[in-house]
Amino acid sequence: MSDPVIRVENVAKKYILGGNGSPNGLRHVVQHAATAPLRWFRNRSAQPTSASAHGAAKDREFWALNGVSFDIQRGEVVGIIGRNGAGKSTLLKILSRITEQTKGRVEITGRVASLLEVGTGFHPELSGRENIFLNGAILGMGRAEIKKKFDEIVAFAEVEKFLDTPVKRYSSGMYVRLAFAVAAHLEPEILIIDEVLAVGDAQFQKKCLGKMQDVARGGRTVLFVSHNMGTVTSLCSRAIWMAAGQVYRTGPVREVVNDYLSKGMASNYQSVDLKEVARPSYVHDTRLRLENIEWLTDVPLQHGERAEALIRFTITSPVDDVSVGIGFSTIEGTRLLSYDTDFQGDPRPNFSEARTHTVRLTIDSLPLGPAIYALDVGARSGDTHALDYLPAVAQIEVIPGPKTPGCIVRQDAGVRFESRCKWE
Amino acid sequence: MTTAQTHKLILEPGCTAKNYWRDLFHYRELFFILAWRDVIVRYKQTTAGAAWALIQPLVSIMIMTVIFGNVAGLPSEGKAPYLIMVCAAMLPWQFFANSLSLASQSVVSNANLISKIYFPRMIVPVSSIVVSLVDFFVACTILAGLMVVYKFVPTWRLLALPGLVVLAIAAALGPGLIITALTVKYRDFRMIIPFIVQFGMYVCPVAYSSHVIHDKLVTKFGIDLGDKLFLAYASNPMVGVIDGFRWAILGNSSTFYWPGFLVSLAITLTLLFIGVHHFRKTERAFADVI
Repeated sequence: MSDPVIRVENVAKKYILGGNGSPNGLRHVVQHAATAPLRWFRNRSAQPTSASAHGAAKDREFWALNGVSFDIQRGEVVGIIGRNGAGKSTLLKILSRITEQTKGRVEITGRVASLLEVGTGFHPELSGRENIFLNGAILGMGRAEIKKKFDEIVAFAEVEKFLDTPVKRYSSGMYVRLAFAVAAHLEPEILIIDEVLAVGDAQFQKKCLGKMQDVARGGRTVLFVSHNMGTVTSLCSRAIWMAAGQVYRTGPVREVVNDYLSKGMASNYQSVDLKEVARPSYVHDTRLRLENIEWLTDVPLQHGERAEALIRFTITSPVDDVSVGIGFSTIEGTRLLSYDTDFQGDPRPNFSEARTHTVRLTIDSLPLGPAIYALDVGARSGDTHALDYLPAVAQIEVIPGPKTPGCIVRQDAGVRFESRCKWE
Repeated sequence: MTTAQTHKLILEPGCTAKNYWRDLFHYRELFFILAWRDVIVRYKQTTAGAAWALIQPLVSIMIMTVIFGNVAGLPSEGKAPYLIMVCAAMLPWQFFANSLSLASQSVVSNANLISKIYFPRMIVPVSSIVVSLVDFFVACTILAGLMVVYKFVPTWRLLALPGLVVLAIAAALGPGLIITALTVKYRDFRMIIPFIVQFGMYVCPVAYSSHVIHDKLVTKFGIDLGDKLFLAYASNPMVGVIDGFRWAILGNSSTFYWPGFLVSLAITLTLLFIGVHHFRKTERAFADVI
């Protein structure tokens, strides 16, 4: 099975930091051109000056990718994982021809469609119907192809009634559904996707995931970037782990993901700083920022024993109907257990002034069996609006406690939340 | 685009241009749909709608006629009414001005597309020229209306008009591409365009006949030097286009100055070549600098 449809050889991409890649602004260029003879003269007489100037320019270089090579076989579904800034998006941009690499060579056999964003090119003034054609053409579908699939797209998006309404009047959910529906009906030989599944409500996400699985099973080649390890393991057969602009590891998805999770995540920390952690791209709200989670009980946690944590968050501007919570997921990303401040019907407070609050979580008897879990921390407003969300921000181990029986989840999980912050 | 034949794509730094023209053809559907989008969106949520394409040139024509024809008392060409003479020039001028300002904004205002999807970038400024072209055709009804009102019968020369429209497109496309590419990197050009458009209207023989300039130059500098200076004046691509339009529309009332037209044609083609070349050279980096 050596039929590579994508062959990447030693690809590198350089950006110059600060400004637009070269001294920004017309004035600088004119100035630069005008003083060129002078500089040339000076450089010839004084070598050291030119060397140091050269060094300064070197400092501002940034290699987003550096010597990336891999092959992707026909029909493979490959997940690309790695921390933010590892070069995943730059790689996708090069593969989809949006930008050009500085060095190296890429060979692609077949028709490529890339989906770096849902709803690229949607025009707010145009109706849903018009946008389907526009977006389809942008993604590379012919007019005839779109016509053929039009009804299917509309049914998938569930927007029949609003087809002739300008999309600027759509709810954000409808907008996203329509956008994804068009993308989901693409039939390229190679599909390149950048974390676009994380849209819409849970039900729609499930539908999207199903559609993606169909695509993957249909024998098409898929390249998929995601931070959600659950999605990556369930969709992909192979994973490429990128770090610092290079391929760090590649192999069967389960091995790479497990390795990534154990190395890539803070593991068993008593206190996890959330401030600097990159948020998923779909978190747009900035009114509330989670700052820190600190375990008051010893880590690793003990099954069947008491677990206590403090969650600290900062309000930057007024926000209503707030709840904060944590979740325990499997390493693959399946949520097993969630605790939210409002989960027992407790009121959700409103915050009007900017300041820091702390909420204390007490789990009387931790129901999770001994294993390694991924810890998710989040805050929302109302039932569904995500204020801040950090999936799999740390790994946490649960070890057998004195009372650990042979079962995984105990029934008698008495839990309570005790707020130390002043709910206003 | 629907053909499923396997084609091999090789990406190497600096060689994206190999199949450029084939690629451009390949993306024609996207071009049509973007042009269609721009045309539709242009007058959305305006009460007067496409009537704006009539109102703007009509008002300009009337003001120019009053100021230059009546107040300043400049002569028209031959027996043609001053209003029609201005109209014949205002149509291509407005097309040129609109093309330039729309094209220069086009890539920047489509930044979301440029940074998320591949297509030959030239589609964007060219499709904005299509929008100006649609406006131009709508505005042509003004000319037809004026001809009916003044009972002005055109001659067979009107048949040259399609060719002249093509020339006008070429004249707008060259500078348009250069300025579009520059605007992506230096937003300064956003400020420069309104200037060019404003001054250009007075520099080009829109509100007056180019014969006025010729006569003035000849009386001031003598026949030899005056002719040479006029040739320099006529090297402006839009002078060639406007004189061409007047020659075709005003019929026998207008005389044609061939040397000027040829110089202007040569400059148009040169600018077009430079424009395409410069655009192709810079478009590869658009996604990085936008």
